[in-house]
Amino acid sequence: MLKGVSLEVGPRELMHVAGPNGAGKTTLLRVATGLLRPEQGSVAWFGQSITQVQSEYQSALAYASHETALKGDLTALENLRYMVRMKRRATLTELRGCLDRTGVAGCADLPVRVLSAGQRRRVVMARILAASAVLWLLDEPFTNLDAAGSALMSALLEEHVGGGGMALVVAHHDLKLQATQRRMELKG
Amino acid sequence: MNVGAWRAMMLIVHRDLCLSFRRPEQVLQPLVFFLIVTTLFPLGLSVQLSLLRDMAPGVLWVAALLSSLLSLDSLFKNDADDGTLEQLALSGQSLATIVIAKTVAHWLVSGAALVLVSPVVAIGLAIPVSAFATMLLGLTLGTLTLSWLGAIGAGLTVGLRRGNVLLSLIVLPLAMPLLIFGAGATDRAISGASAVGALYFLASLCVFTTTLAPFAAAAALRIALD
Repeated sequence: MLKGVSLEVGPRELMHVAGPNGAGKTTLLRVATGLLRPEQGSVAWFGQSITQVQSEYQSALAYASHETALKGDLTALENLRYMVRMKRRATLTELRGCLDRTGVAGCADLPVRVLSAGQRRRVVMARILAASAVLWLLDEPFTNLDAAGSALMSALLEEHVGGGGMALVVAHHDLKLQATQRRMELKG
Repeated sequence: MNVGAWRAMMLIVHRDLCLSFRRPEQVLQPLVFFLIVTTLFPLGLSVQLSLLRDMAPGVLWVAALLSSLLSLDSLFKNDADDGTLEQLALSGQSLATIVIAKTVAHWLVSGAALVLVSPVVAIGLAIPVSAFATMLLGLTLGTLTLSWLGAIGAGLTVGLRRGNVLLSLIVLPLAMPLLIFGAGATDRAISGASAVGALYFLASLCVFTTTLAPFAAAAALRIALD
């Protein structure tokens, strides 16, 4: 599906991957995570193949896919607690702080199944924030967000990149960001 | 700071147990199935205690295997469907670690629960109390082994829409030695003979699957994620 695609993301950089439906944006992102192994070519993290530094690479990345990976029977805080603590030791206060930052602190103790799609997306953003990862890999992060949610998402991306982070964002529309961003268009 | 494998496993086990108890019907359905199937036999057979006692080990083990199969389909499927499996795979922990934790959690809510209710069933099937220890030990080893075998089958069928039928076709033939030696051990205990040989065989199967199944299931999940 992906031929001749090459991209590089460095600190303080955001790479926006755009393209029509079926162009391979999500596939590219899955290849970047290491979930999907390319038939040819490679993915490198600071010059080393991610298969060689898999644990280090996975510790450094936070991935948000189409699916929220949230359990409806767990509360928003429990969802964060179980997933974030798989990667690093995070206190409940820290996790609540992340939910507060994404505007869903009031939903922290509610089962995720009662939250709206937009609120769930904000919980996912809180999980990304709580992971304290250097590299964000986000697949259509603005989906289901209202205007305020989109503005918050943009602000978080700018803050992350401005703070020395890297981001690879797949979105079919233009990103309204002030941060340095490069754009790559995949053809269908 | 990376989280150790043991701590990660504890988190997954705790999470899966928490999810199971928030949806108690998922835990209760296999148990109720086990109780109903084993109750149907005494009702359907003539009232001859000796006949019932002769058939009891086979009935008990077949019902245990089938009820364990009911919940195997959801071992990885729910996590695969909602994206959790991808997140777990990117958590920095090995897939084998994740498989071990999820299988242990699955066994605790299916196999262990089944072992706990088996004395009630055994009384209904006229199994003498003297055979309970062998029966409980055999079922513990058998259900644990079945969970490991099921983990491989669940890993292989996780990407399929109606994978539960294929899962049964994969797991049931592999479970035949369990049925033969498990029922044999219970049968020998009922007749007062030594069941040590059969129990040793069940234990060896349990060790064998515990050692190798996590890696086989992890390889199957890796293919499913790819």
